[in-house]
Amino acid sequence: MNIIFFLIGCSVLLALIFLGAFFWAQNSGQNDDLYTPSVRILLDDELTEPKNDPDHINS
Amino acid sequence: MQTDTITIAFCYHCGNDLVEAVHRLDEHSFCCSGCKSVYQILSKSGLCNYYRYNDHPGANRARVDKRYAYLDEPAIIKDLIDFQDDQVTTITFYVPYIHCSSCIWLLEQINKIDPAIYYSRVDFLKKRVQIRFDNREISLRKVVETMADIGYEPLISLQDVVKKQAGVNSNGLVKKIAVAGFCFGNVMLLSFPEYFGLSGSMQNFQYFFGWLNVLFAIPVLLYSGREYFTSAWNNLRNGVLNIDFPLALGIAVLFLRTVFEVSTHSGAGFADTLCGLVFFLLVGKFVQQKTYHHLSFERDYRSFFPVAVHTLVNGLEKPVPLSELKTGDRILIRNSEIIPADAILLKGKACIDFSFVTGEALPVARVLGEIVYAGGRQMGEALELEVIKPVSQSYLTQLWNNEAFTRKQDNRMGTFNQKVSKYFTYVLLLIAFASLIWWLPTNVNRAIAAFTAVLIVACPCALALSTPFTMSAALSVFDKNAFYLKNTAVVEQMARIDTIVFDKTGTITSPADQHVILYSKLDDASKQLIYSACNNSTHPLSRQICQFLGNIAPIEPSEYTEIAGQGISARINGHIVLIGNHKLIFHGQVDQDAGLFTKVHLKIDEYYAGYFSFKNQFRKGLDQLSELRKRYDIYLLSGDKDHELELLTRFFPDQNSMYFGRSPQEKLDLIRSLQAEGKIVMMIGDGLNDSGALKQSDLGIAITDNVNNFSPGSDAILDGSAFDKLSLFLRFSKDTVKIIHASFLISLCYNLFGLSFAVTGRLSPLMAAVLMPASTATIIAFTSIAAHIAAKKRRLL
Repeated sequence: MNIIFFLIGCSVLLALIFLGAFFWAQNSGQNDDLYTPSVRILLDDELTEPKNDPDHINS
Repeated sequence: MQTDTITIAFCYHCGNDLVEAVHRLDEHSFCCSGCKSVYQILSKSGLCNYYRYNDHPGANRARVDKRYAYLDEPAIIKDLIDFQDDQVTTITFYVPYIHCSSCIWLLEQINKIDPAIYYSRVDFLKKRVQIRFDNREISLRKVVETMADIGYEPLISLQDVVKKQAGVNSNGLVKKIAVAGFCFGNVMLLSFPEYFGLSGSMQNFQYFFGWLNVLFAIPVLLYSGREYFTSAWNNLRNGVLNIDFPLALGIAVLFLRTVFEVSTHSGAGFADTLCGLVFFLLVGKFVQQKTYHHLSFERDYRSFFPVAVHTLVNGLEKPVPLSELKTGDRILIRNSEIIPADAILLKGKACIDFSFVTGEALPVARVLGEIVYAGGRQMGEALELEVIKPVSQSYLTQLWNNEAFTRKQDNRMGTFNQKVSKYFTYVLLLIAFASLIWWLPTNVNRAIAAFTAVLIVACPCALALSTPFTMSAALSVFDKNAFYLKNTAVVEQMARIDTIVFDKTGTITSPADQHVILYSKLDDASKQLIYSACNNSTHPLSRQICQFLGNIAPIEPSEYTEIAGQGISARINGHIVLIGNHKLIFHGQVDQDAGLFTKVHLKIDEYYAGYFSFKNQFRKGLDQLSELRKRYDIYLLSGDKDHELELLTRFFPDQNSMYFGRSPQEKLDLIRSLQAEGKIVMMIGDGLNDSGALKQSDLGIAITDNVNNFSPGSDAILDGSAFDKLSLFLRFSKDTVKIIHASFLISLCYNLFGLSFAVTGRLSPLMAAVLMPASTATIIAFTSIAAHIAAKKRRLL
């Protein structure tokens, strides 16, 4: 049953790594803006325009 | 019968109806050349996708004025930018117009318009854009002009800049919650074996788990829960017992007893309860911290005034930051610019709109040599003025030197929570010591166990959480109805008021520019005649007509008489023009619908040409005043003269409850005198002139038709469209307080239940670990559901 000492050490270590990851994310400002990325992901980098689209001119 | 088919067309850029001259380009129609030029810029840079994400995403560009010369001044630039080296400048702009995905897309593609702008990133909720550009290739002024060209004009005001630097950082709380949550989870995991019981052969695990628990409890105590100790200590030194004291006491006792039990092998300790308690408390704190990034409740005159003003030095214009404006400087004020300091008029025809500063709805004319007070907005030609007082000492800004603004006003009224927790603490200490003394003669161990158990179990976790959770639920209900509160304490203040004071201009009436309606079809020649006649008059209604007709070249009348109380009679280009009231035009016939609107009739050469109607547009929902009057004392406090007294008696039947012609300082004093009578006053106003009254009142609400525009410092910001819900808001705030009372009773029941175990000294860690989260969960569920039901009942959801 002494394996439990080792396993608990592992689990605590793993949890600490996750906590550290969260601190890093928080400090680097990843949680500052939680809304805009959800919109941004829906915007295409470059919409390919149909050739005969009368609404647009191509530059 | 011939029927006309009307095709409704919209401007491709801004979506306005196309009524007048249409500008066309590439098969698209535009309402004005401004909109067309934005489209041109975008199509040239290949950014027409802007129009594909949303229909008509643009801002109307009919009126544009670009005055960014001040952005060339290094002294001003220094205050605005985030970072600068010899290559790159980083700056964050606040752009109020950001409203849709097209906005995000376009602003982040801005480097296609100008490659010198490397990077731009939009924060949608905060309506901010961070831009990085090459300062050797492009100047800050050029960046701002580029943004303005595509319809995203940044709002640059000195106060918002200052605010950015002193911005509050809620980052700390999130990290504390993270640590507390992390420890809470681990401690729970390690405590389970103890709850289920360990067989004899596994005793050594119990000690190991116990010490690990103590280890996990240390960061919770020292890092996450630290605030409770510092706050309790500070309050204790000031002789105040607030809710943080029993909380800190509970946390400390939990920790000490855990360490004691673990080190003496006498029990499992209460590390799980400790971590859970701190975790839930911090979550409650987090929920309470609702921030509206796009709103500012602290604005004063600095964000109303421009960043810089043009001074004339030896006949040359030079932009100067407002703070460096000195007495004796000559300043140039153009159409629709704000006069930033008290000054003497030297040149030009001043027609100044003071509506925001004094509440006076009609523009005021000033002649050469007269003093013009700061805050007015010039309507018409450019003016030259000489500054006679620095900005900070002008007539208007002096208001901010009043003690009402320097006084710390965090707790103008103690919240229910604060009042109760004082008694709660006394009773708690009494019970704890009573049980200590009761057991002490017979059993010392049991006495200490009972004493600590009382402090642990009565730790007012649920009590501390009931207010934040109820209030945050209430806040989001208000938020959905376009009523934005500064913080949660405002809800309780709102429930307690008994007197409501309204400002007039802009508060119970809508903004002035929607008032004039022309009931006539005038050709350009007649418009010119009317404009010419009105242009000679200083009567407020004439000024409004001129403003309505826009810029027309006036003709000098050959004859001109102004008949007091009736109107104008003039001969212009051989035409006889009569402009005036019913009496003047119809020679004393009775006007049927007099009183509802102010009408100005027009008569050109014996032909009746229709009339202008000046509708004083009262806000929708003003009728609720009659209902509110049953429960509240209602007052009207206006900076305007009493020319609308007749109309207002419908809403304010008691003449003594109306005050007219009050200066900003007098408004503040009136609120103070009402308070001296023992009244708890809510002030609703919109302009700078109400700032003092808003600050002095127990609850100041700023009303605005566009929450992104300037609103004076206040406790809450009400969107003009939600004005008719005011009485519902007030009722709902009372419901909220009732919910807090009820949830307090619930948490008290839990406490009594726990205490009945605790006083006997037989509180098991499992019991504490179950009781604390159970009471917390009950409170959270109860407050959220009850607030939701109350909001439904008031039809606010």
